[in-house]
Amino acid sequence: MSPELALFAQITMNGIAVGAIYALIALGIVLIYKATEVLNFAHGDILVLGAFIAWALIALMGLPFWAALLIVMALMGAFAYGLDALVIRRIAGQPQFSGVMLTIALAFMIRGLVSMIFGPESQSYRTPWSGQSTQVFGVSFANIELVIMGVVLAITLGLWLFFRNTRLGVAMQASSQNQLAAYLNGVQVKRVNSLVFALGGATAAVAGVFLAPIALVDTALWLVTLKALAAIVLGGFGSIPGAILGGLLIGLIEQYAGVYLPHGFKDIAAYLVLIGVLILRPRGILGEAHGRRV
Amino acid sequence: MNAPLLELRNVSLHFGGLKAISGLSMTVQPGEVLAVIGPNGAGKTSMLNLVTRVFNASGGEMHFKGADLRRVPRHRIAHLGLARTYQNIELFENATVLDNLMLGRQRFDQGRWWQQLLRTPALTRMEEDHRAQVEAVIEFLELSPWRNALIAGLPYGVRKVVELGRALCTQPELLFLDEPASGLNPEETRDLAFWIEDIRADLGITVVMVEHDMSLVNAVADRVICMAQGAVLAEGTVEEVQNHPGVIAAYLGG
Repeated sequence: MSPELALFAQITMNGIAVGAIYALIALGIVLIYKATEVLNFAHGDILVLGAFIAWALIALMGLPFWAALLIVMALMGAFAYGLDALVIRRIAGQPQFSGVMLTIALAFMIRGLVSMIFGPESQSYRTPWSGQSTQVFGVSFANIELVIMGVVLAITLGLWLFFRNTRLGVAMQASSQNQLAAYLNGVQVKRVNSLVFALGGATAAVAGVFLAPIALVDTALWLVTLKALAAIVLGGFGSIPGAILGGLLIGLIEQYAGVYLPHGFKDIAAYLVLIGVLILRPRGILGEAHGRRV
Repeated sequence: MNAPLLELRNVSLHFGGLKAISGLSMTVQPGEVLAVIGPNGAGKTSMLNLVTRVFNASGGEMHFKGADLRRVPRHRIAHLGLARTYQNIELFENATVLDNLMLGRQRFDQGRWWQQLLRTPALTRMEEDHRAQVEAVIEFLELSPWRNALIAGLPYGVRKVVELGRALCTQPELLFLDEPASGLNPEETRDLAFWIEDIRADLGITVVMVEHDMSLVNAVADRVICMAQGAVLAEGTVEEVQNHPGVIAAYLGG
């Protein structure tokens, strides 16, 4: 294989791995948005908190990686549940902007809390796949990237089964479409909404735990919220397949921009795409028809 | 006379200084079709919203089969055997007719979560039972041409029938209909009259309907309550209420 092609294959793989994480983050934000109409700007900070707790469990306390992952998922799920039940639920029925302001404020508070507890320094931890790679057709891929793809695929499939088959999943879909009707068919709407937040928190935790080894455990990781928003807009606002597709595309575009475009483009590529989509195709690739019912 | 199925005693609903309902007392007898009429703003829909816990009553007592409705959380209303339709139709718009009706089965046993996730044979049998109930309703309301259609693309009249169907799928004891005939053409209204008759006679469901269409009220109601200014103005047979001087005055603004 020619060196150019090998480089391209490697970048593509990097892009899919990072994109899979963006997709997971975007998925969490869209799930919460569809169910509760709250655009959760604190999502990336829940991810940061999860990544730091994972660091503490793995690097400081010496827990195995998988155990730490499960603990962090449970903790962040419970944290997000509480965040909705105690705080976010109070603004139900207020204009959408209230939700934006509230979750931005929560985001800053969580970020501050993380700095206070864990200190401002970047951290890192080892995974079972650190430093390992696999050779395919003479191109070497980092094992962690393969694991990330597998994990995100498994979570997506699991969520799909959950929403299609289980009573709770159906109740979540029902209350996201019509809360009044859901109530009077016996759905406990408030609890279901908090459970959606818990689901979102748990997926954010997974994203954080797997993003940290390829980035660093740092409060600046919250910026992935903005990348995920670009992914959501690109895929089509409110569409779950769109969020996944958008996440993968943003990951790829970012990696290609980093290698094939002048220095600096990598960091702004996602936002250039965001602006471009908003101008050229505001409903995104898989977007539902726009305009709200009145 | 039997013990009433539903009893409201001195119920009130205030929004700040506005009294939507004040001193409302009424009973619903098992097996009857009760029509609630009254001019706009009389509090008819508010009464339904109180009983189905969309609003919290400001005062008074509400009992359904001995259960204190004021202490029942909103999502338990369906479990008690109360179902309703809405004046403005509250369906799951981006779902099919079948999905909407299946949602009516949400209150019944759906198996354990792991059975649901894996779709075990026991769960499939359970779902077939639910589906059979739903199919019976589809046949009863002649909804089969639209079984797999999305609600968002259906004509208004059909949506009203779907909402009635979903309420029936919860297998209620008491069914509230909020202006079931509004927006329907005369033919659809005649179908509705037959269905209400059958709902009472064949399914044994007690019906309370808020309705302006006096032809429908005449056709199906055993008893009529006329509300005005948040309280009962008159009650009795259709004729008694229609000839009540207070009722005429309330409608004409006398």
